[in-house]
Amino acid sequence: MKIAIASGKGGTGKTTVAVNLAAYLDSLGIGISFTDCDVEEPNAHFFLNPDLNAEKEQFLPVPKIDEDKCIGESCKKCIELCRFKSLIWMVDAVLSFSELCHACGLCELACPANAIGQGQRLIGTSVTGKTGNINFTSGLLRIGEAMSPPLIKKVKELSPNSEVNIFDCPPGTSCPVVESIEGADFAILVTEPTPFGLHDLDLAAQLMKTLDMPCGVVLNRSGMGDDRVEKYLIDNNIPLLGSLPHSRTAASKYSEGGMLYDTIPGFKDIFADIWKSIQDQVSKA
Amino acid sequence: MKQLVVISGKGGTGKTSVVSALAALGPKKVLADCDVDAADLHLILNPDIVETTDFFSGERPIINPEICTQCGLCSEHCKFDAISKDCSIIPEKCEGCGVCSFVCPVQAVSISPRKCGQWFKSDTRFGTMIHAKLGIGEENSGKLVTTVRNASAEAAKAEGAELVLVDGSPGVGCPVIASLTNADLALFVAEPTITAVHDLKRVHKLTEHFKIPSMAIINKCGINAEQENVIRSFCSEKDIILAGELPYDTVFTKAQIEALSVVEYDPEGMGKKMKTIWDKMEKHF
Repeated sequence: MKIAIASGKGGTGKTTVAVNLAAYLDSLGIGISFTDCDVEEPNAHFFLNPDLNAEKEQFLPVPKIDEDKCIGESCKKCIELCRFKSLIWMVDAVLSFSELCHACGLCELACPANAIGQGQRLIGTSVTGKTGNINFTSGLLRIGEAMSPPLIKKVKELSPNSEVNIFDCPPGTSCPVVESIEGADFAILVTEPTPFGLHDLDLAAQLMKTLDMPCGVVLNRSGMGDDRVEKYLIDNNIPLLGSLPHSRTAASKYSEGGMLYDTIPGFKDIFADIWKSIQDQVSKA
Repeated sequence: MKQLVVISGKGGTGKTSVVSALAALGPKKVLADCDVDAADLHLILNPDIVETTDFFSGERPIINPEICTQCGLCSEHCKFDAISKDCSIIPEKCEGCGVCSFVCPVQAVSISPRKCGQWFKSDTRFGTMIHAKLGIGEENSGKLVTTVRNASAEAAKAEGAELVLVDGSPGVGCPVIASLTNADLALFVAEPTITAVHDLKRVHKLTEHFKIPSMAIINKCGINAEQENVIRSFCSEKDIILAGELPYDTVFTKAQIEALSVVEYDPEGMGKKMKTIWDKMEKHF
């Protein structure tokens, strides 16, 4: 089973739910692969403390122009066709701005002189490891690199397939989230009972509809705000998988990278209920 | 005219709460919400939309099933897995690179401009606000952020406003890089958690990369004294001016539920604290 943990809003508790669910399921003897897809701000390792193997650099293939083969000004096909303005004509040669390249391969396909080979751009690093029986995989986007989806894709490819696979997703509703959710059977949307939480939950729920992804909600910091989220879930027929009560103790525990499911009274039962609800939902889907 | 961009690295540290509080203080200003994926500032500022502009970015291919011979070449060459087995485009995955149209032997692919969202110019009780809505699952939030940034700078010039106050987005990737372009000052909203400190250090590397001076506010003080000290020493080590500290307090949530900034909701308490912070920031501007 592949479970994506997402949220429109940052800071609602995606990682909290993801790592605690993973550790809880591991304690039941279920095989787990945990993938931290938030390559811009990976945080799951603070809680799971995995033993990590060496970091591996990850690259994106970008065009490398062979100036001897390039037929130059009379052609410029690659420059005309590139939608991302990553190739320009300068000082009598095609110049590649690899930072802007999406690695679509069109220039290479279009070059009549076979002058475009493959260079590479460093997009970040990936790392794999183990924490107890949990397989752990994450990535780290290079500072200054704008595009995270290619690295997210690589990190997911590296993650071994286990009985339950958990994808901890980045916040938002745009391309990095779409890439992270890809291949999941079910999505958990984590929100909080505030106007911001509700507004961004609605966006995330719309994204799930667009992607045809069955989903349920975990309400974090329940009791901190109002009851508009619960009303929304009823009105929109979205299952509430469980609620984690608002607790300063939990906030402090989280702040130091601590786990909640086995330290905060009542949390283990809540995670048990969440797991049961997920199984019910997935068997229905 | 100065441009101040509020960022955090990690989501959920209180960027929007801080921005809405600063909006209620200081000189005549223009506000910009650059969290185009999941914008929340409007929930506090209740903007009155004056102008709506469609945002187009890139291209959208459409495969004409009448002409298509289902040869599969487009799907084979698409690096983004954006073409399904039955040769139809999956818009959430398409990056508009044009490879499909290039390789199609029967010219079944037509290309049209891609509408990715909308941006708005609005009146609010604190001044003009520029904000946007990216389509669900759309890409190119960076370009939409740039559109918002440019429009807010233009509006500030036209109105003779002294300040553009920008609510940034979480992360360190494309939308954040676009948020920071041409900023005079970055304001970090940090929280004393191990994860937020890690993300603060990452996003600070980005401001260093772009040579943007920075200040910081520590929000949610009181949950972890050790991490507060880590942030304080990081700030002094990196010449980040610490503009002030805010306690962990539910007043932010209560204000949010009433659609008010904390300056309006709690003028004597949190409002005064924010005023002190603003005065300190203004001195260093």
